[in-house]
Amino acid sequence: MGEERPDDQKVALTIRIKRYNPEVQPDPWWDEFEVRADATDRLLDALHEVKWHQDGTLALRRSCAHGICGSDGMLINGRNALACKVLVKDVAPKVTVEPIRGLPVLKDLIVDMEPFFDGYKAVLPFLINEDDPPDRERPQSPEERARFDDTTKCILCACCTTSCPIYWGDDGYIGPAAIVNAHRFIFDSRDQGGDERLDILSDSSGVFRCRTTFNCTEACPRGIKVTKAIQEVKRAVMFRRF
Amino acid sequence: MTTTHTYDAVIVGAGGAGLRAALECSKEVKTAVVSKLYPTRSHTGAAQGGMCAALGNVEEDYPEWHAFDTIKGGDYLVDQPAAILMTKEAIDAVIELEHWGFPFNRTPEGKIDQRRFGGHTRNHGEAAVRRACYAADRTGHMILQTLYQQCIRQDVRFFNEFYVLDLLLADDGRVAGVVAYELATGELHLFRAKSVLFTTGGYGRMFKVTSNAHTLTGDGMSVCYRRGIPLEDMEMFQFHPTGIHRMGILLSEAVRGEGGIIINAEGERFMERYAPTVKDLAPRDLVSRAIYQEIKEGRGIDGKDYVYLDVRHLDREVIESKLPDVTEFARIYLGVEPTTEPVPIQPTAHYGMGGIPTNVDAQVVMGPEETPVPGLYAAGETACVSVHGANRLGTNSLLDIVVFGRRGGVHAARYAKETDFAPIEDGAEADTAVHLRGLLEGTGGDSAADVRAELQEQMFDLAAVVRNEEGLRKMQDILGALHERYRRVVVMDKGKVFLHGPHGGGRASMPARLRGHARGRGPGSGREQGRPLSRGPSAPRRRALAQALAGVPGA
Repeated sequence: MGEERPDDQKVALTIRIKRYNPEVQPDPWWDEFEVRADATDRLLDALHEVKWHQDGTLALRRSCAHGICGSDGMLINGRNALACKVLVKDVAPKVTVEPIRGLPVLKDLIVDMEPFFDGYKAVLPFLINEDDPPDRERPQSPEERARFDDTTKCILCACCTTSCPIYWGDDGYIGPAAIVNAHRFIFDSRDQGGDERLDILSDSSGVFRCRTTFNCTEACPRGIKVTKAIQEVKRAVMFRRF
Repeated sequence: MTTTHTYDAVIVGAGGAGLRAALECSKEVKTAVVSKLYPTRSHTGAAQGGMCAALGNVEEDYPEWHAFDTIKGGDYLVDQPAAILMTKEAIDAVIELEHWGFPFNRTPEGKIDQRRFGGHTRNHGEAAVRRACYAADRTGHMILQTLYQQCIRQDVRFFNEFYVLDLLLADDGRVAGVVAYELATGELHLFRAKSVLFTTGGYGRMFKVTSNAHTLTGDGMSVCYRRGIPLEDMEMFQFHPTGIHRMGILLSEAVRGEGGIIINAEGERFMERYAPTVKDLAPRDLVSRAIYQEIKEGRGIDGKDYVYLDVRHLDREVIESKLPDVTEFARIYLGVEPTTEPVPIQPTAHYGMGGIPTNVDAQVVMGPEETPVPGLYAAGETACVSVHGANRLGTNSLLDIVVFGRRGGVHAARYAKETDFAPIEDGAEADTAVHLRGLLEGTGGDSAADVRAELQEQMFDLAAVVRNEEGLRKMQDILGALHERYRRVVVMDKGKVFLHGPHGGGRASMPARLRGHARGRGPGSGREQGRPLSRGPSAPRRRALAQALAGVPGA
């Protein structure tokens, strides 16, 4: 089981990687690596080939390798994506890989995620319901459940937030991912913290910074309609209806 | 430079078990969660199909039926009182998650919906029962998110991307703390603690084809083992029948719960032969062995090493709404459209039933009397209670982590309140520092990646779905040789900043010991075919046996 494919089915891939290592030099530089990979391999597999067999100093985050843990968000040919959800055949013969933008780069493809998680935490991303819970589940109809289904898919990979030009340019903007996670609770029929979250999001760093460029929706590896969610939150702020 | 921190309780690992424990522990005592991953990267998030509890929301069900299925599914090697306790507490665990905001799928009446799952039956095996509570096919994702959300609400202290490499035990046997390596800086940190709870997950990455994340390298088990804690039931490793061919990515059992079937090259639904009553919803070990047998007898697709998972007959709406993620996996990674084409699958290394031996309070226990190691705890896949015996039922892993994560958190906090810090010697981190220096300054020239690849290939070849004595003895020799090679492994990156690449990229994983008594049952030994229900040795007896066989090394 698990047989290898013959080498003639492999394709050549040139990977151009933006490198940075504060211990080596203060400025970033570019490296190119040549790998042979199966056409159906993930770009992540090709990056592993580099790290494991060509240059062990290459630093990247990854874990699950199938798009659910959110570790390996990168700028791939100019677009944010998870390296484990991009196949070699879709980028061969040459691909450019850079760290996601708008967060401080620590080394190579690894950025400081703390500012991103600070934004997430600011929207009170947890169910707020001060009533004594019943003995059994709180009732919720399938329709009420469907209202916020899309935004429960978020894996906090930061692909949306770091594709947003407003986020790049403005230290204050809370960013799409935080709004997505606010949406997930604002539109949950069991939640009572909607007003509090809307107050936070109507702040100058909040939801109205969004200029609907749709980068976030394009970038989301989970297919969440991020811009739509942001617009729904904007409407909720204006009409206090959710 | 080593930084010292002092906490009453330290939880190592931030998946479902660790986060659930943290919610208990941090209410009572000063608690730190130390994890090599950001919590939301943990592999709990990859669990798909559901979490079973006998809520009886859509049809009659009782915890006792759930316990029976768990015990039978585990080949009667389950610790039976522990299984009864877990299935009873399952109901409260699900309700608690709901109260914390978990977005369960709902029935038309607004109750938590439930679906069928492998091995879960009504009235002791009569027919499949709807017992799995779920959120589409991302139940684990929602558990991880919900628990992390609650941790934020409770302001739990996290040390993210800190890799625990050693456990410190005082001379009197009490826990004294852990040593961790900070990935971002390359500095060592010493965490003094009264209780230490390991929730570090599994070790599926020792196999080539696995559903497990790259980071599942048995860290907690190997740290404890190196400090003299024997491991239990390590030969009991589950292969999930429906992994994506070659890649091993999991396609949830929920696919079959919703009506999907498995077919061979002849288009035959062969599970009807192996398990006439529950068919494709037989326990995982049974289905995996059946697939192995079909392939061995030449009925793999095109005579190759895979068969098909088929959902073409299902309502497209069901596929899209209840199985969106697995559908997408097939489209992305195989280029297959599941609504019109069958999906190539093969058994994939999925779950280690064995681990650090514990009682139902997650206390790590040793010896025939199951004596607790004071202050040491383990929960989740890294632990062995054992509620899974020789084969875990689908969904019971999510149940395990919330039930025993909670119990471990409660007990670890109580213990920390009642006890003082164990003494710790100056330079307690020296062993770790020496080990790291060896990896950096060694001149042996072997590569961790090569050693790992060899381990994964050989394990998948010789110690996978079906095992025999000859293969295991061969594997034992190979492991010995790999151990020697590991001593010569040199890390290529000599810097301090993210030197390994986070998440243990440069680490060879070798937690597994293959023991002579680790025999896979051959195919066709399924319980449905009237195999006598042997009870096997009791859990304490097996623990004693394991310790005797382990040849526990000194620290």
